[in-house]
Amino acid sequence: MEAFSLLLHGFSVLLTWKILGLMFVGLILGVFVGVLPGLGGPNGVAILLPITFSMDPTSAIVMLSCIYWGALFGGAITSILFNIPGEAWSVATTFDGYPMAQQGRAAEALTAAFTSSFIGSFVAVLLITFVAPGIASFALRFGPAEFFSVYLLTFCSFVGLGREDKHKTIISMALGLLLTGIGMDTVSGTLRMTFGSTDLLRGVNFLVAVIGLFGISEILLTMEEQLALKGHAASISPRTVLKVWMEMPRYWVTLVRSSAIGCWLGITPGGAIAASFMGYNLAKRFSKDPDGFGKGKIEGVFAPETAAHASGTSALLPMLALGIPGSGTAAILLGGLMVWGLNPGPLLFVEHKDFVWGLIASMYLGNVVGLVIVLATVPLFASVLRVPFAAIAPMIVVSCAIGAFAIQNAMFDIWLMMLFGVIGYVFKKIGIPLAPLTLALVLGSRAEDAFRLSMISGGGSFGIFWSNWLVGSITTLSFVLLFLTQVEKGIAKIGRVFRPAQA
Amino acid sequence: MSNNEIEIEVLDPTAPAENSPPLARTLTIDIWTMVVLAGFSLVMAWDNYKTGMGWTEDGPEPGYFPFYLSVILILASLYGIAKSLIERRAAGGDAEVFVTRDQFKRVLLVFLPALAFCVGMQLVGLYVSSFLLTAGFMIFVGRLSVWKSLLTALIFSVAMFYIFEIKFDVIMPKGPFEALFGY
Repeated sequence: MEAFSLLLHGFSVLLTWKILGLMFVGLILGVFVGVLPGLGGPNGVAILLPITFSMDPTSAIVMLSCIYWGALFGGAITSILFNIPGEAWSVATTFDGYPMAQQGRAAEALTAAFTSSFIGSFVAVLLITFVAPGIASFALRFGPAEFFSVYLLTFCSFVGLGREDKHKTIISMALGLLLTGIGMDTVSGTLRMTFGSTDLLRGVNFLVAVIGLFGISEILLTMEEQLALKGHAASISPRTVLKVWMEMPRYWVTLVRSSAIGCWLGITPGGAIAASFMGYNLAKRFSKDPDGFGKGKIEGVFAPETAAHASGTSALLPMLALGIPGSGTAAILLGGLMVWGLNPGPLLFVEHKDFVWGLIASMYLGNVVGLVIVLATVPLFASVLRVPFAAIAPMIVVSCAIGAFAIQNAMFDIWLMMLFGVIGYVFKKIGIPLAPLTLALVLGSRAEDAFRLSMISGGGSFGIFWSNWLVGSITTLSFVLLFLTQVEKGIAKIGRVFRPAQA
Repeated sequence: MSNNEIEIEVLDPTAPAENSPPLARTLTIDIWTMVVLAGFSLVMAWDNYKTGMGWTEDGPEPGYFPFYLSVILILASLYGIAKSLIERRAAGGDAEVFVTRDQFKRVLLVFLPALAFCVGMQLVGLYVSSFLLTAGFMIFVGRLSVWKSLLTALIFSVAMFYIFEIKFDVIMPKGPFEALFGY
């Protein structure tokens, strides 16, 4: 029960007025960006990151993670009331959430969404509390070769499991890794790919790239679409909440199933979208009344929301334990860690106990407080949508610029941010995923260092990546994942060859 | 049951027209992006080749890792170009539209002011530039009433100044206007 006492310690770190206040502000800001059309978790965190630069790491991460929870909650509001999914993983919530709103059951749908988000996150946080320390202490024994193989596994699983075209995922990732190489080489001190520019000497800063990719590009995309929206407003009465909560235990199988799917897919990178759809589809398949789905069935809100939030939260597990983010937002949070001077990885659990357990405790508290806030303030946030986009767009541009400039006090970064804005806009429109790029940008230099160190210790032979059972199996698994579709096809073919023989 | 339903309806006066002529097809942009990426990685590969991408006594040379990444990027882009060329031939005239003329106009409507804001940041400082951007954008692009726009922009810029300059000590570029107040 060591985890339990450490968790209590984490709560004691949190329970100061200052941190509670920041938490509250973070949640409100998060719901706000979540409700705004086009903006979601990663955008919100990227845009609001600069506010935290001068805070101490614990306050900063508590505030940022609360922005993230808030944005997750906020996404559900627009999905249900306006049929506009704030993020890709809210799409499945609209299937049954919007029909419920049309039938005048918006309040029920919202309560269901918020409560199941809460349950999903809660299960994932439990998992983090009890599993992450173990993984971290196991990972303390990792050498560079093991770390590189884990990075490889992360990258390969993006390629193998992603829904996008494989070559586009590879392009996104290779570009990210390549960009991190720009500037001074940390091992030899040689300048690489700077072409004589003094501005490139510092390299491409991760956060500048992220602010451009997620902030500026999102403004361009939102502007391009028609901004008219039509939907329902609802306020939630305590009686509705009670009614939904009374109904909830009936769907415990769905809740447990979706939580499990979410946790599992959240740990593997890029899983939140898949998790929400899988949660929905499985609930539909196992339901006694599959035809009722899509027509306003409350179970159809429970299933995807629980899964999406379980996976969104458990994406933080590999980030804390191994220093490998499980999602785009986790990658941005990880970039934040480095700004605050923390070195992500398994040592975090040893060297920065206050920070880690403060963060984990804030996940519990943030979700409880978030649930109460959104239940109480839905009508307020729904009317945020009445604020004209013409007023919000310039403010977001200004916030992005402040963020990009503040990192290194360089005007060059502002231009870089605008460039990444255009890149993000084009990439999103032609289907090159941004999450692998983000991940590669944040992991790039560490992956390269791990690679070089292991190659040095291996005497220049790739055999080092198969030198013991642990690193060997991770490396092999990476390649299996990389060629997952081909492997599946191969197995199917073998199956077909054998079937006629049995008949 | 909740019977306090209110309809929310937000209209967009400057919405792009549905029948605006297409400016570019997605596959065309796809191909050009890949060409740019391939060109970019070719330059990168060449630079890393010069830096040294081989092996020395004490391990890989600095250019080794980025050189092979550039190679991967080139190969993936070339594959992408070939794939999209074939798809484009198959799709013919009814390929997916990347952007219509009206849409592109709207994108520029936000992108160009943003660029101007960045230039302004160097000339008159961030806060004045932010006031000009917010007010100008609300008045000319959003067609909102002038006093509302000016007030919003003023409150926003002053709030930003208070939060970053005074509360959080984040130093931003400032111009002659802030100097009047001694900052």
